[in-house]
Amino acid sequence: MTTTTASTALRAQQDKGRKAAQNREKWASVRTYVSAAVILIWCLAPAYWMVVTAFREVGFTYDTTPWPTHVTMDNFITAFDTSFGNRFGQALLNSIFIGVTVTVISLVIGVFAAYALARLNFRFKYLVLGFILGASMFPGVALITPLFQLFTNIGWMGTYQALIIPNISFVLPLTVYTLTSFFREMPWELEESARVDGCTQGQAFRKVIMPLAAPAIFTTAILAFISSWNEFLIASQLSNEATKPVTVAIASFAGAQPNQIPYTAIMAAGTIVTIPLVILVLVFQRKIVAGLTAGAVK
Amino acid sequence: MATELGPTPVKGPASGTTPVHHGPKGVGEDNKILSQGKWASWLLAPTIIALGIVIVYPIISAMIMSFQKDAGLDPVTGLFTEGGPAGIQNYVNWLGQQCAAQGGGTVACPPGTLGGQFWTATGTTFLFTVITVAFETVLGFWMAMIMARTFKGRGLVRAAVLVPWAIPTAVTAQLWLFMFDFNGIINKLFNVSILWTGSEWPAKWAVIIADTWKTTPFMALLILAGLQMIPAEVYEAAKVDGATAWQRFRMITLPLVKPALMVAILFRTLDALRMFDLPYILTGGANNTTTLSILVINQIRQGFNSAAALSTITFIIIFLVAFIFVRFLGANVVEQSGATGKGKK
Repeated sequence: MTTTTASTALRAQQDKGRKAAQNREKWASVRTYVSAAVILIWCLAPAYWMVVTAFREVGFTYDTTPWPTHVTMDNFITAFDTSFGNRFGQALLNSIFIGVTVTVISLVIGVFAAYALARLNFRFKYLVLGFILGASMFPGVALITPLFQLFTNIGWMGTYQALIIPNISFVLPLTVYTLTSFFREMPWELEESARVDGCTQGQAFRKVIMPLAAPAIFTTAILAFISSWNEFLIASQLSNEATKPVTVAIASFAGAQPNQIPYTAIMAAGTIVTIPLVILVLVFQRKIVAGLTAGAVK
Repeated sequence: MATELGPTPVKGPASGTTPVHHGPKGVGEDNKILSQGKWASWLLAPTIIALGIVIVYPIISAMIMSFQKDAGLDPVTGLFTEGGPAGIQNYVNWLGQQCAAQGGGTVACPPGTLGGQFWTATGTTFLFTVITVAFETVLGFWMAMIMARTFKGRGLVRAAVLVPWAIPTAVTAQLWLFMFDFNGIINKLFNVSILWTGSEWPAKWAVIIADTWKTTPFMALLILAGLQMIPAEVYEAAKVDGATAWQRFRMITLPLVKPALMVAILFRTLDALRMFDLPYILTGGANNTTTLSILVINQIRQGFNSAAALSTITFIIIFLVAFIFVRFLGANVVEQSGATGKGKK
């Protein structure tokens, strides 16, 4: 008799415990979803607002209806309009040209350094690595003064090379350390078997490693291009009307009235500048995150 | 100059030395390293030379410039000053907030001039750095903990955090300028009427909020990568031993994620110390939001050499902070990202 009561009590207690655990789990999962929703809103709301405003009529710039209203494409036409002195179309081409050139130069130079750092054993390896990491953290403002004077003296102010060369200072280190950590993850046994089969180290690199490394190089290229595309400080000082990139163009966007900021047109321009990057980043999300965090962990 | 500054990092074996294959093991290993060293120095040379040209050369010429006087009309006194060696006068002027006075000598810079803004700019830069990095660390840690859990739609969240990161800072600045407008969405949403860019603290908060929005994702992703390195068994074991969630966080998560966290904080701190784009576009440096970088840029057109001194000071400040991090706080960047792992045998 007593034993049955005891066992019922025990079972009841167990049931209670299980229920409490289930409840706790349920609450934990609710909390996770609420937190995830907060993160989504925090990250996406401002970007969403940019796009909504980009499609809104100028007269309703400050409309705060949360969904698209007074939809128009006019702002995109205004963004490319040159009558107020904006050269947004030209700036887009400039940014693409500068970004591609910087990326290609950095990759061509950096891929060799990354290979050496990932694969070879040599003295001063950590010193070189430290130097390259230090270079990537280098303040752009420390370069700008001597470059400003140098480029003024040799008549390079406003030229494309004056914008490309300083960008290499931070894109190249980024390229090298991202590639280095990608390279360390690759199946290098294949290289060794190629060498056993009679390839030289150079041949093994070209014929076996390069094809394998292509995805890593592509991801690094995206990261390099984005960091060049986003550069503002140096370009704001060394470019001119004809060569300025989009970041500078957007920062100094002029409207019809000199004392009124043409927000809708700026948001349209911002959307044009951002959407390709966002698509690129979302499509290659996994690789990009791996590349971004490669320097810090592993 | 550049080639002098781009030394080949490793001396290869002297030409004519034949590799010793039959010698004692240690010697053979040494020779292997030496021949790899020669190969490595060729592979590294282009990068070292390029960085020598684009970084080492400008930094040295900035230092040389910083010891020269600026020739030209003094913006304050209207007097013509001659160039020539200045010794450490440029540095003394910045640190002591002194400007050239009529008839030689220096006086305290009048308010409003660039020379009188050094310490406020330094203060602002550090204020921005400390607050934004603190916010980003806490928020980023929280985001990373959420993203590390398994739930439906996790991929969506991980993709969403990349959006602020992908938007160029110049666009971010204009976007937040618009949202912080007096008639903008933020005032409407919170039912306040603040002239955000019109006075000191609202302007500072505008910069801090925009920067936190833009850069927290980077922090979150770095911390997430660190979290994912922690094996699940460790947590299981702790659970079996009856550790509470808080204990698991404090005893397992924090210490194990610390190396990645320190590197993330170091990266963000160095980045925040050179903050330029956001305050430059958002507030134009008005209302005490001028950072050291903005001060250098404003100074360039008033005198290269003086600007060079200021940029050197900025560089030294950032270098010192990095040094303190690496030396005393254990942010081992090279080890973390370095040649440990598969490459090293």
